[in-house]
Amino acid sequence: MKRALLVLGLLGILLAACGSVDVNAPVPTYSTGVDPDAWVRVPAGEFLAGQHDDLVAVDYDYEIMVTDVTVAQYVDFLNAALADGAVRVGEQAVEQYYPGDAYAGAKHEVRIDPGDYPLVPLDDPASRFTFDGQVFAVRSGWEDHPMANVTWFGARAYCAYYGWRLPTEMEWEKAARGTDGRAYPWGNELTPNYANFYNSGDPFEEMSAVGSRTTPVGFYNGRTYDGYVTYDAASPSGLYDMAGNVWQWIGDVHPGFSDRFMRGGSKDAYAKDLRVWVRNSAAPMYYGPGVGFRCGVQK
Amino acid sequence: MGFLRTRFRYLFGTTKGLILVAVAVIALETALFGTLSGPLANLGVGNLVVRGLRMDLNPAEREGRIVILYHSIAMAVVAIETYMVTGLLAMRSFYRSAVRVLITAGYWLAVIFGLAFAYWGHNWAFHGLYITGLALIFFAGVLLTIALWPWDKTYSQPDRACARTRRGVDLERVAFFATAATTVISAVFGAIPGSYLGNGFRVFMAEDIIRLPEKTTMEYSIIGHLHIMLALIAVMLTLIIGRWLNFRGILHKIAMPLIILGTIILNLGVWGVVTPLEPIAHMVIYVGATPAMLGALMLVIYGWDHLIREGTAGLTRPTFWQKAGALLRDPLRFGPLWQMVFMNFTVSGMGIFFAVRLDEIFRLWPAREERIELTGHWHVLAAIIATIILLYYGDMVGLKGRVRRWYGWAILLFSDVAFAAVTILELKRLFVSEAAQQPLVNTVTLLIDLGLGMLLVVLALVMVWRLLDLFRKKGRWTAEAAQEISEEVGK
Repeated sequence: MKRALLVLGLLGILLAACGSVDVNAPVPTYSTGVDPDAWVRVPAGEFLAGQHDDLVAVDYDYEIMVTDVTVAQYVDFLNAALADGAVRVGEQAVEQYYPGDAYAGAKHEVRIDPGDYPLVPLDDPASRFTFDGQVFAVRSGWEDHPMANVTWFGARAYCAYYGWRLPTEMEWEKAARGTDGRAYPWGNELTPNYANFYNSGDPFEEMSAVGSRTTPVGFYNGRTYDGYVTYDAASPSGLYDMAGNVWQWIGDVHPGFSDRFMRGGSKDAYAKDLRVWVRNSAAPMYYGPGVGFRCGVQK
Repeated sequence: MGFLRTRFRYLFGTTKGLILVAVAVIALETALFGTLSGPLANLGVGNLVVRGLRMDLNPAEREGRIVILYHSIAMAVVAIETYMVTGLLAMRSFYRSAVRVLITAGYWLAVIFGLAFAYWGHNWAFHGLYITGLALIFFAGVLLTIALWPWDKTYSQPDRACARTRRGVDLERVAFFATAATTVISAVFGAIPGSYLGNGFRVFMAEDIIRLPEKTTMEYSIIGHLHIMLALIAVMLTLIIGRWLNFRGILHKIAMPLIILGTIILNLGVWGVVTPLEPIAHMVIYVGATPAMLGALMLVIYGWDHLIREGTAGLTRPTFWQKAGALLRDPLRFGPLWQMVFMNFTVSGMGIFFAVRLDEIFRLWPAREERIELTGHWHVLAAIIATIILLYYGDMVGLKGRVRRWYGWAILLFSDVAFAAVTILELKRLFVSEAAQQPLVNTVTLLIDLGLGMLLVVLALVMVWRLLDLFRKKGRWTAEAAQEISEEVGK
């Protein structure tokens, strides 16, 4: 009898692993009050960069978005770019021409030759938009969430379309931590009320079913949402979501290294990955529900 | 006073006592620092521990803390293996005593002051004492290597059933010697870059830089060091288990040259990563690992065959099930060899799969996904080594009857469930998308936590039993104080 119960218990655990996930399960909707169209100016100057606080200068002023690009913003871009022929709809993805990277033949380097590359997949259930063959539309409830499931090419294309670009690593980090060498955008201590990370307990997370999900951009701004208290996680420059929510593509292309770097950690990252100097990387064709971006521009 | 003196003599003056102390140190460390990550951290226990013990955890120093934590545990494991080697193999008593004194003082200094420095603010005197501890362990290793010198005629192998040269040099001793010598040399590959990078506070985790196309010589050295040290701990444990089981015969004669050759080539390959030979270092490593693993396979065949023969003695024509029953009758004898086999599925096989399909599969995933594979891979190897030690320890302390079976099977079952779950977690992207992974992640995480948690409960029970035993006048410790493990070989 005991053995049978043990076997049944184990079978139950194993069957639970095969459960399906409704990736489009309803999400709570909250207005964060943070404007996703806002930008901030970061003045030229030195700052403490990296884990070891190296003094690095970004010797020009630049502007950077206050939040990640939202699903609504990206869908507007797709519709506009499709209408004027800047992107085309391929069989499985929205595509755009990319002039390619110089190939150095380094170990593990992947050739990025000139050609059409995917910006966003068309039929991925994790995408927060729909396409009826003519028009892109936001899935209801996800308008103010960061645009995820976007490749590096897709992030680059968005910024370039409006005359901007992806930030460099140093621009991103300086905007995230200011000049005092802090570990997180808001300081040196991380508690779940500051950011959306793995098992952080935010109202969008259901670890028993869909797992961690994105929070609307600027969610962690000191407001309380249906009793869920957030702390103001703005960086010294006033940027939100520079730790957690979605990894953010970086613009730098390194000779001999075909991966692109990402910064900031994500809804699926452990707390250690939310430290501002932590890097992630992936091939530029990669897309995932925990990867988004924001744009910058040199002024 | 006599009460304390006799216990102290047992704990620090006998092989089994020294092993018990080191196992207890690792158990305490695991129990305390295990709360800072994983399920207990998620439950808030980690924060309570940090606040209650007033730990000082600067986010920028996490990597440094972990390097010291890993070293403090690894040094205790190395000490356990050293006690076993010095207990099992013949050597001059001066060397045996000196090695044990040095390594005991060394790992205690490394554990106490290393952890104090890493987790409770930076008192530089503590850091100095931590380095002193590591240095003492290094010199213990040098002395052990000298003590194991196999070409001394005193240690000739007279038994023709064992691997030996025509002149009688004991090839098993050569294998122990080669492993000890290469361990000492490989330690240098960590010590030099450790001093260089540590003094500049440039500590890093290997898994975080693995994808960077250009690495410095010091970074390569660290990556090589951590791989080879774990591999050498595994090779040494294989030799120890072989001695414990009184490995001999034709398989012994085949295995020992393979292990010697494999170990030396494996080391040359790893050391080669800091030379211009780096591009072919991996190939050399494969060439070395193959004979070493074949040698271990010989031990498994010998051990299992021995168990079957022993268990079916008296039966004229034993059936398959009778043989299987004999093989599985004693988990403490079957278990260590099974774990070596299981290691091939969860560690070696996975490592080869990762290497062969790296560009086609794994490099298409984000670096953080690859980190899960890497850390899972070597955590499983480290934990398998720990379970083999615990199984041997159970036999060494004379567990009998039902307790022996429960202890052995609990270790095997819980640990292997956890290791299998880790392997599935590492490979999850092959069969589930990121968006749909949560049920699978929840299940394997539960199995990992359950498996490792129960393993720690078993360990805690044994430690409590041993602690209580020390308060008994005629406890088991009194018998152990009079025994040497070399007298129990093959029994």
